[in-house]
Amino acid sequence: MIRILIIDDELLARSIVKEYLAAYQQVEIVQECNDGFEGVKAIVQYRPDLIFLDIQMPKINGFEMLELVESPPDVIFTTAFDEYAIKAFEAHAVDYLLKPFSRERFDRALQKWMERRQGGQIQMYIPAEAIAGQMQLNTNRVVVKNGGKIRIIPFAEINYLEAADDYVKIHCDDGVYLKNKTMSYFEQVLDAAYFTRSHRSYMVNVQKITRLEPYEKESYLALLASGDKVPVSKTGYGKLKQVLGL
Amino acid sequence: MGSYLHKFLYLGFWFLWSAIHALILSEWGYHPKDAWMDSLVSNVWLATVCAFITYCLRYYLPRRERLTYLLLLSVVFVVVWTAAARYTIPLFENSMLTDNFSDTLYLRAAIAWLIIICVILMNVIWYTQEEQKEQERRKNEAERIAKDAELFKLRQQLQPHFLFNSLNSISALVVSDPRAARGMVHQLSDYLRSTLKKEEDKWVTLSEEFEYLQLYLDIEKVRFGNRLSVNIKSSEDSLQMKLPALLLQPVVENAIKFGLYDTIGNVDIGIRSAVAENMLVITVQNPFDFEVSKPKTGTGFGLNSVHRRLHLLFGRTDLLNAQGNENVFTTTIKVPQL
Repeated sequence: MIRILIIDDELLARSIVKEYLAAYQQVEIVQECNDGFEGVKAIVQYRPDLIFLDIQMPKINGFEMLELVESPPDVIFTTAFDEYAIKAFEAHAVDYLLKPFSRERFDRALQKWMERRQGGQIQMYIPAEAIAGQMQLNTNRVVVKNGGKIRIIPFAEINYLEAADDYVKIHCDDGVYLKNKTMSYFEQVLDAAYFTRSHRSYMVNVQKITRLEPYEKESYLALLASGDKVPVSKTGYGKLKQVLGL
Repeated sequence: MGSYLHKFLYLGFWFLWSAIHALILSEWGYHPKDAWMDSLVSNVWLATVCAFITYCLRYYLPRRERLTYLLLLSVVFVVVWTAAARYTIPLFENSMLTDNFSDTLYLRAAIAWLIIICVILMNVIWYTQEEQKEQERRKNEAERIAKDAELFKLRQQLQPHFLFNSLNSISALVVSDPRAARGMVHQLSDYLRSTLKKEEDKWVTLSEEFEYLQLYLDIEKVRFGNRLSVNIKSSEDSLQMKLPALLLQPVVENAIKFGLYDTIGNVDIGIRSAVAENMLVITVQNPFDFEVSKPKTGTGFGLNSVHRRLHLLFGRTDLLNAQGNENVFTTTIKVPQL
């Protein structure tokens, strides 16, 4: 049996996927989800083989949802976004279906996935940041999972970021969150006017800085409004001085 | 005198002119030293007067019909120059210079006057040209912005995302509920037809605008089912009030979009209209989630175009207001009645 999950906020959009899938006897639809939150839960619970995923959904979009899942299942996107925007991640998803799509197009996508599965090809890396901008999705935030709770952190609320192995620790007033991304990813998406790489392992929200004080030889500490102290290297100090206009 | 080049040319001209002046006086039998002294007194003053004229014209350029004013100005400056030079010369205590200067006063004044007129004319021509260039540049810029806006508007009007999602719903309904599918085809057609027909500069009554809005809402209801409910309440008198076409539409779309995509669960949109102080006042409310949206009060979200349009139409910036508190986001538009 192939276990399939459908995630879309529109009932009719889900029903058409269901209708097309009815022709496949080896397929079992384990659940239908209205949004990304239900989606994350269902993925953990059912471990589906394949998900049909809409992109624009309530609160968190399809890409953000995938980021919250460790080793996400294969994905076929179903979306009304235009082809141009979708091209950017064409290579990374199994396939994408542009709404409205025909049964033939749907079959082709599913066939492609089945072939890949048999060939044991593992893929799935979606560079959400590469496409989010083009699709005019809300990009000024990062979505994290903390225990069972999903937290949406607007960039402006971040105090500072700290590199920790494969993760980045996001320090906010209400706690520390882990995100499975690299510092260089954040350097790309965060506005350079507000965030500065103050140290090899630290990025600081410039607006939260209250004071810079000398620390050891040739290094400094940035004091934040939250009371945190963030290490600043010699080069970091140069960058901060520039951004702060000192 | 915009650049260094201009200043350099200006000084160069005066140096040349002073030299010619001195040369002529030498020819007349002046001692070279006296000739230069005479020339410098005359021309330093003249250069100062001309620089002052240039400076003034930069900030105030008279229109073409004020040419008599320019002529008068030139006469005033000639008198000023003559007086200045006349009273500076005796300071050198050289009676030959002073006497000769007084003897040739009218000739000198005439030459100075010609030069001053030349400077004024050159300035007027130069600044007028600059002004025309600036106007041309501004016109091109305005045209470019208008073109961009036109393209943007076309794309907005078409709303590809909305359109394709609606078609997808129809595609689903065709099998499960053909009758509903046909209904939606008609709704979508009606909506598209009125979108194409709409002219932005036309004013419509609120009830007409509501009819158009209803077409849009009906389609959204098919897509989102019970999740979306819209409640419209209007006072009787407000329905006959007028507003620019397509002004309310983006506000309601915005409310629906943020209601649907920034919250989970039911989305209740409230639309109210009333009349206050001869203005049509429409408020649109939608649920929102502070955590997701973080709207700024004022004109946040995608309301910039509405704000700009109201500003263009009425020259006021206080007609659109958006505010979020608790879990409700409220947008208020006021439309003065013409």
